[in-house]
Amino acid sequence: MSIPRWAWVPFGVALALLAVPILGLLVRAPWTRLPELLTSERALDALGLSLASCVVSTLLVLIIGTPTALVLARSTGRWTGWVRTLVTVPMVLPPVVAGLALLTTLGRRGLLGQHLSVVGIEIGFTTAAVVVAQTFVALPFLVVSLEGAIRTAGGDYERAAAHLGASPTRTFLTVTMPVLAPAVASGTALAFARALGEFGATLTFAGSLQGVTRTLPLEIYLLRETDTDLALALAVVLLAVAAVIVGLSQRLRGAHG
Amino acid sequence: MADAVRIDATVAARGLDLAVGIPEGRTVAVVGPNGAGKSSLIELIAGGLLPDTGTVSLRGRELSSPKRAVPMHQRPFGHLEQRALLFPHLSVLDNVAFGPRARGVSKQAARQRARAELEAVGLAGLAGRRPSQLSGGQAQRVALARALAIDPEVVLLDEPFAALDATVTPELRRLLRARLRGLTALLVTHDFLDVVALADHAVELDRGSVVGEGPVEAMAQSPATEFLAGFVGLNLLRGEALDGELALGGGVAVAGLAEGDLPDGEARAVFPPTAVSVFRAAPHGSPRNELPAVVEGIEDRWPVQRVTLNVAGQRLAADLTPGAVRELGLARGDHVVAVLKATQVSLHRG
Repeated sequence: MSIPRWAWVPFGVALALLAVPILGLLVRAPWTRLPELLTSERALDALGLSLASCVVSTLLVLIIGTPTALVLARSTGRWTGWVRTLVTVPMVLPPVVAGLALLTTLGRRGLLGQHLSVVGIEIGFTTAAVVVAQTFVALPFLVVSLEGAIRTAGGDYERAAAHLGASPTRTFLTVTMPVLAPAVASGTALAFARALGEFGATLTFAGSLQGVTRTLPLEIYLLRETDTDLALALAVVLLAVAAVIVGLSQRLRGAHG
Repeated sequence: MADAVRIDATVAARGLDLAVGIPEGRTVAVVGPNGAGKSSLIELIAGGLLPDTGTVSLRGRELSSPKRAVPMHQRPFGHLEQRALLFPHLSVLDNVAFGPRARGVSKQAARQRARAELEAVGLAGLAGRRPSQLSGGQAQRVALARALAIDPEVVLLDEPFAALDATVTPELRRLLRARLRGLTALLVTHDFLDVVALADHAVELDRGSVVGEGPVEAMAQSPATEFLAGFVGLNLLRGEALDGELALGGGVAVAGLAEGDLPDGEARAVFPPTAVSVFRAAPHGSPRNELPAVVEGIEDRWPVQRVTLNVAGQRLAADLTPGAVRELGLARGDHVVAVLKATQVSLHRG
């Protein structure tokens, strides 16, 4: 198929729109001061918090999301349609709305939060809130990508395993998961990336307290005018992580398909 | 002999109404046209499909009923399907050891059993390979080893050779024959050679029901349906027996050798395609065994040419030499006379 010549114009515009700002960031980044900037206390606090909270939320996503994807992929009936919609909504929901929803439910005066508060459990404006916000927005990415993979692959192997006498649990652990390992890994990478970039929901639900709830994106936002160099240095870190995750996920997808 | 597996079940959604038994220690072949319910029968036994009414039972123990069903993974069947379905992330050895492991055997004992099973299919040397490193025939042999490693009470074979290269099929068929000796098995197949090589008994399905069953030999010699006749490579003409001959209507009659007594009434004639010769005009002018026919098609089946003929609305096949076809100048739609050799025609009641 030949490409109409005019299509190259919007193609060039799209490329410029996506590449130029990234190049601009890289050009302006304070490369020589990078080691010094990234080892400052504020930077280390944000880096450490982001890393720790994202690892925990990604693990939670994996633990809850994988069986959820399995149930959705293997179930029939009208309710699965509703659940699928419910699972997809957080993907397109503006993060600040997600944060507000979490706050009004789990916050100190929230629907559930007030009862938790009574027994001494506070979630709002703690590191736990950061993890909850990240899990909330990242979970759909794993569930949706894994559900598709389970639907297209795995069914025949699972039947073969059942024929050989493997219980559903054994089949899930020894056949479904290993066969779908590439899809699980790429779904996990996407979820991790989404958690790492989480801003709106975290700010609304968890606030911005250094070392407690102020993750990398929040710190970058706060520093953008007061200490542009530090903001840029942290931004370079996020950009690098994003590039690695996309590369990894594409490679895994290639190996899978 | 008693039936090891007994299926008396209906499934409305698939249009099934089946009554089938697999005798202890025998291999039963299930044949029939596409959509006859052959794979559904396997699914019913395996537990992937549940009956609306009736039951599936194994040695008197009920496996499926409309109310209750033993889960698929608790049924003691060995499965061999069209595709080997070896787990891609496990070695050949661990694939074969999977079943014993799933049934609670220790890792070491399971692997030992797997080695013995691989030995039995002649693939002990490939134990360390990945399934992706095997040929189609090798993969299917590993699948057989895997299916038998669980000591199945019954082996279910669903077109086990259909996806294989024709050059490796004879070897696998021989292997399967050796490995199935003494076991109870059900074989679904499209290939008459499989039935002859592996089965003792055949069941014919059509549109969800059993339309015929019996020993393989009887089925091969006197097929009772058009499908079976085509399946075993014979011609079948139906008509009315009258004075020891088969009247086809229109004053045409077929004479042959009657198998058993042939009372007047419904009857059939069975003969091989080689018993039919084709002429432009009736050679003797006698209506006996000289059937007016229309050529429906000519197909090259080296070394012969298979000519399909329509005789009074029934179809029959004639195998002619290429020379004869050329000499007659046959083409679709030609009106010809088919002559049957009476000594090669067997007549049966019913």
